Amino acid sequence: MLAFTIRRFGQSLFVLVVMSFLVFIGVYAIGNPIELLVNPQADEIERARATAALGLDKPILEQYGTFLARGAQGDLGRSFVFNVPAIQLILDRLPATLELALAAMVIAIALGIPLGLLAGLRPHSFAGRAIMAGSILGFSLPTFWVGLVLIMFFSVHLGWLPPNGRGETVALFGVQVSFLTWDGLKHLAMPALNLALFKLSLLIRLTRASTREAVLQDYVKYARAKGLGPRRVIGVHVLKNILIPIVTVIGLELGSVIAFAIITESIFAWPGTGKLLIDSINQLDRPVIVAYLLVIVTIFIAINFVVDVLYSVLDPRVRLGAAAAH
Amino acid sequence: MGVLADDDTTPAPAAAAPVESPWRRFASEFAESRLALLGLAMLVAIIALALAAPWVSPQNPYDLAQLDVMDSKLAPGERSSTTGKPYWLGTDDQGRDMLSGIFYGIRISLFVGVTSTVIALAIGLAMGLAAAYFGGKVDAVIMRIADIQLSFPSILIALVLLAMLGQGVGKIIVALVTVQWAYYARTVRSSAMVERQKEYIEAAQVLALSRPRIVFRHLLPNCLPPLIVVATVQVAHAIQLEAALSFLGLGLPITEPSIGLLISNGFQYLLSGKYWISFYPGLALLATIVAINLVADQLRDILNPRLKK
Amino acid sequence: MSAPLLSVEGLRMHFFTKAGVVKAVDDVSFELERGRILGLVGESGSGKSMTGYSIMGLVDAPGRIVAGRISLNGTDLASLDERAWRKLRGNRVAMIFQDPMMTLNPVLRIDTQMVEAVLAHHAISRESALERCREGLARVGIASPDERLRSYPHQFSGGMRQRVAIAIALLNKPDLIIADEPTTALDVTIQGQILFEMQKLCRESGTGLIWITHDLSVVSGLADEVCVMYAGRIVESGTVDDVLEHPMHPYTRGLLDSVPSRNTPGRPLSQIPGMTPSLLRLGAACAFRERCPRAIDTCATAPASRAPLAGRTLRCVNPIA
Repeated sequence: MLAFTIRRFGQSLFVLVVMSFLVFIGVYAIGNPIELLVNPQADEIERARATAALGLDKPILEQYGTFLARGAQGDLGRSFVFNVPAIQLILDRLPATLELALAAMVIAIALGIPLGLLAGLRPHSFAGRAIMAGSILGFSLPTFWVGLVLIMFFSVHLGWLPPNGRGETVALFGVQVSFLTWDGLKHLAMPALNLALFKLSLLIRLTRASTREAVLQDYVKYARAKGLGPRRVIGVHVLKNILIPIVTVIGLELGSVIAFAIITESIFAWPGTGKLLIDSINQLDRPVIVAYLLVIVTIFIAINFVVDVLYSVLDPRVRLGAAAAH
Repeated sequence: MGVLADDDTTPAPAAAAPVESPWRRFASEFAESRLALLGLAMLVAIIALALAAPWVSPQNPYDLAQLDVMDSKLAPGERSSTTGKPYWLGTDDQGRDMLSGIFYGIRISLFVGVTSTVIALAIGLAMGLAAAYFGGKVDAVIMRIADIQLSFPSILIALVLLAMLGQGVGKIIVALVTVQWAYYARTVRSSAMVERQKEYIEAAQVLALSRPRIVFRHLLPNCLPPLIVVATVQVAHAIQLEAALSFLGLGLPITEPSIGLLISNGFQYLLSGKYWISFYPGLALLATIVAINLVADQLRDILNPRLKK
Repeated sequence: MSAPLLSVEGLRMHFFTKAGVVKAVDDVSFELERGRILGLVGESGSGKSMTGYSIMGLVDAPGRIVAGRISLNGTDLASLDERAWRKLRGNRVAMIFQDPMMTLNPVLRIDTQMVEAVLAHHAISRESALERCREGLARVGIASPDERLRSYPHQFSGGMRQRVAIAIALLNKPDLIIADEPTTALDVTIQGQILFEMQKLCRESGTGLIWITHDLSVVSGLADEVCVMYAGRIVESGTVDDVLEHPMHPYTRGLLDSVPSRNTPGRPLSQIPGMTPSLLRLGAACAFRERCPRAIDTCATAPASRAPLAGRTLRCVNPIA
């Protein structure tokens, strides 16, 4: 088990290094790196100075080495627009994005698993089919359009919820969170729901498919043969089996939710990293783009790693190895 | 029969039914779901409208000469101040007829979605087959790249690519292809691996020269069913992704407005109540995606062996 | 003369499928006394497993019991509702399935799966239930039960898993155990051990046992009575000695002749020609007619079950004398 964990950790580090190399090369590949790392409005003297200062007259590998070294210390350049270290911009806004992403996942899980179970246990009932039809609608809906419709309905038409921005925040373990205030919740509701919709539908479908397969298995018939009631058969036997793949999917989807938050943040003007990224792309603030990519890549690799380890913990067959012959 | 066979707990109603052509059986299985038939009907209608857009639209929304700025931001049903013809779904801020905009927008969305899917399918197929056929290092390298790419969300990869490449139909197709090929490669490879195990028994007795034949005659047909399902779902996914990217301002340029761009144009007018500029294009997009997904769902159910009892 | 433990009369169980009605169990009747072992023999599709499921009330849609009485200790099982069934299952009547790797839940520990079988029927403490499980494991010959209880199914060998399944079946001291091909998936040596142990356990505790199998040799070593099934019907029944030594139905004869040990070495194995009929298309004739060397004109009508001798039943109009 420990060997497995160490090996996965090593692999993760390797992927991180490879990705950093790709990002670096990507920046190189677009043309003269000076254009990318220096304010586009700088003149010739500025450029020459910057070239030397940034060490761009040195060989590529050496530059990559410097980049890595600086990166490991947290220095990923300064934003052109805000003139603060890019990494700081990202980290400032990360809590807002994480809050949104986690709120969306909570909604998706709390609704998705029960609805999926119901649809899987009674696939031909009215409820079952309605849930399935609803889930198809759910992941066909274009997220950005749904956001607009939500604003149209709840803000413009009904006037219940604010159309954009993040609400009041309070500090929780040193991090600013908004879900603990009523105003914060009002601002969080629509974006979280918007972001959750797609994942909710996927989770419903996944749970339904897993449940339908699980119910056909012999161990369910056997559990009934022992005289166990449906609550125990479903709640323990079936649930424990389907939770393993579902939990791993949830873990992997968390990373995806953070990425899709880009769209939701744009619509609802949620001050997270996604909005920052879009603005940076539109304003050609490339250090911020690079910083964002590297932070996101690190988060992803970390999530993948945790999920792998979690999977081996949850499934006793993986954890304890194959049967020993007697 | 001397030896009694293994028991299986369900009775075997071995039907001696008349032999059906696989196509007819496929069609009848597909028709079992009314939702899927509805989806298919919708899809056919949408594709027809998209193909016929230049002839069916009241106006060519790309032709600036036809636009009348005086008619901008008219609500659905209002008439043009100059020609007196009604704008069925209203106009946007430049006087563009929404209905025409939607027809042309769907046309381009479908074009981008299908083209990128087909190209990604071809590349993924080639890669997957190569990985399965050559095995060893080639397999490891290709699959590693595919896995790493698949572990990152498509939108992120596409965003970064487009930020680097700029706008344009070709560029967005490149971005979509890059995002999708790995799904196909992985699907093809797992089907091919299963087949390959079987073929080695035969191949041991057959000259090595026939291996290309083995690849095309045996591996390929068995990979097709899951591929069809993945491809259908991916068309929907590609269309959604393109719309999202266009909405964010990174996809198709203003000269070829896709649905995403139409929707983002209307965003600023939402708070003042002029909802139709964003609403109806989105509805059209939704209809398209739902139709594709309904069809894809039924295809998946038909082609999934594990649910057949 | 005490009432039999189990009495099945005229049991019919059909599957109502899109392709038609499958008569999986078609007019099956037999009796079982306390402490006796009945072998239910037949090939795949003969309806033997379905009979077992019917007795357990585990027939799922699109199947349904359409007629007959199943009487366990006087209670008519066919008329019970689901809640009453649950009280009986795992308690008064238990079942052992063919492949314990599929029937034991792979992600739950053995103790969880054993204790829940006890707690479903007795309101005792978890500790007492656990104690009972330990005794149960000891009774089937599993040493160091505590360690075993904390393990997962995949950590056991096939024979060990089946022993656990047997232990679970015995936990609540049932009156009747139905074993559906429990040794088919195991090594021959383990098979012998388990057969012997089952026989001993049943004799000691007075539990009735129905052993469903396709393997005649198992039946000859284990059972007291045997019912031979074909196409959903019992074609012959009686004590094991009687039926195996003096088979009356041509199908039974064919089965016996095809067992390798009964053939002379060097000569081709004798076989029953043809294939089992589709249960969808059973006509009015005897189901075995197409393959029967003794078929005559009257076989065009499916024969009813008669009692040609004391203790024997037979469905044949032209039996082997």
